[in-house]
Amino acid sequence: MTKKIKNLNLNFGPQHPAAHGVLRLILELDGEVVEKADPHIGLLHRGTEKLIENKTYMQAVPYFDRLDYVAPMNQEHAFALAVEKILKIEVPIRAQLIRVMFCEIGRILSHILNVTTQALDVGALTPSLWGFEERETLMTFYERASGSRLHANYFRAGGVHQDLPAGLEADILKFCESFPKIINDLENLLTDNRIFKQRNVDIGIVSKDDALDHSFSGVMLRGSGVPWDLRKSQPYDCYNQLDFKIPIGKNGDCYDRYLCRIEEMKESVSIIKQCLSKMEKGPIKSFDGKISPPSKKEIKQSMEALIHHFKLFTEGYRVPKDEIYTAVEAPKGEFGVYLISDGSSKPYKCKIRAPGFSHLQSMDYLIKGHMLADVPAVLGSLDIVFGEVDR
Amino acid sequence: MKNLIDLEKKINSELTTKINKTEIKHNQIYVEIEKDDLIDVTLFIKTNKDCKFKQLIDITVVDYPEHSQRFKIVYMFLSHEFNQRMILTYYINENELISSLTSIFPSANWMEREVFDMYGVNFKDHPDLRRILTDYGFEGHPLRKDFPLTGHTEVRYSEDKKKVINEPVKLEQNYRNFDYESPWEGTKYIKEQTDNNDKKN
Repeated sequence: MTKKIKNLNLNFGPQHPAAHGVLRLILELDGEVVEKADPHIGLLHRGTEKLIENKTYMQAVPYFDRLDYVAPMNQEHAFALAVEKILKIEVPIRAQLIRVMFCEIGRILSHILNVTTQALDVGALTPSLWGFEERETLMTFYERASGSRLHANYFRAGGVHQDLPAGLEADILKFCESFPKIINDLENLLTDNRIFKQRNVDIGIVSKDDALDHSFSGVMLRGSGVPWDLRKSQPYDCYNQLDFKIPIGKNGDCYDRYLCRIEEMKESVSIIKQCLSKMEKGPIKSFDGKISPPSKKEIKQSMEALIHHFKLFTEGYRVPKDEIYTAVEAPKGEFGVYLISDGSSKPYKCKIRAPGFSHLQSMDYLIKGHMLADVPAVLGSLDIVFGEVDR
Repeated sequence: MKNLIDLEKKINSELTTKINKTEIKHNQIYVEIEKDDLIDVTLFIKTNKDCKFKQLIDITVVDYPEHSQRFKIVYMFLSHEFNQRMILTYYINENELISSLTSIFPSANWMEREVFDMYGVNFKDHPDLRRILTDYGFEGHPLRKDFPLTGHTEVRYSEDKKKVINEPVKLEQNYRNFDYESPWEGTKYIKEQTDNNDKKN
């Protein structure tokens, strides 16, 4: 006698520690094998794009911190670059170096979080405890530069908000000396770990062509062996003056993506060191008084500076009519801003292209035929943060 | 094609009738087409050996309520081989159906769902056109310019009904949108631009 067995529908989330945020994943299971995955997103939707349309260009910056909230400054960078390109303003070299340095700090922040929580999802607790200690140090650097650990609001069109405080450069350099040891420790725990490998090797394999078809970017693309990094191929700010390598995976599985992230952290440390060695005293924002606010000292002495200050913080600066798409290599992939300006001081339209959106979309393709226990491993290696997916 | 100018020539010569306008700025190529040619043009730029725009980066819409054709649909493509970006656009009216790109780029699925959710633009032959970012049972299309910033409804837990309910938005204070725009001269380049415009008129 044969019995017909119905597939089981399982609700994974919206509150699940391995979902990395608010993801409702509806899984159709045949026994323990996943037949279909349907991610329901939008539980963290805040209408960022709509809000930006109603704010001046300067007021729009903090919204970018709240997208991928583990690497806030990388997002601000994309927006700042878009506005700068339309306004055609030059950024002083010191500001470029500071921005690149903090973007790399953001990359380390994001990769530590991802690597360690992925390990946590497959059963290793210690890496997250070690890694989060380093994240804390890095966030202190954020705080010392911008005044805030997470929501920095530090990059401006034309440079950065303020100069680095005394002693910060030395402390970042000290961190760069000590951090490689921590990466080694993490690698000792994970890279050759039997359980970690069993859970990640040959899981969630993406071929080169599929990676392109599914609009993958960043580590998801490089893990599959596509040598593509916007920092190299379409360099922005001072990346073309820096010397760094792009690690590339071979098999396109979760394990290769983990290895890529570890290697990228090492490269980031080297980039930060190069930035520090190149950094010299100098201006940190554009001199155009119609775009960069004057210093406090000037405001006290000059009537014109006072008027500029007032106009910049009420009306904001106007951006001529234009249309542009600008992308940066954020830790999670290509983060882009499609900006339409109409000559007023508010963007007419600002579409944010989040890498996580297209990565999560391919969940069904990635997980089909895998076991239920592989869902967290694949989800972990996608590096999803809901701030940017839901916007 | 190695550079954008060659690419522009190539596209214009191969797809003559289908291209309305091309322009190169910000190191990207902007191409304007007609709605009905979308599939042909996309297939061409994806498969042609001199284009190879193999990745669809994003799809979005710009809302111009005052234009005769209200929505501008925008597609962004990236060619890894030639390191080029293309922005493909066309205009449609409010209730027009447009073709879906899901058969050419699987990643278009969610992007089109988002466009549908945010702007209410409908796609024909899309496999699964549901709302994506807004709440279950949401009404309206938030990114349209005529949708108010504060929305129409707000959500709360009702102690009486013991469930989450939707109510019309009640604000203690209305959203204050000050108009700071003034005849302040603006920066030099804007002044030049407005002067030029004045001359043209």
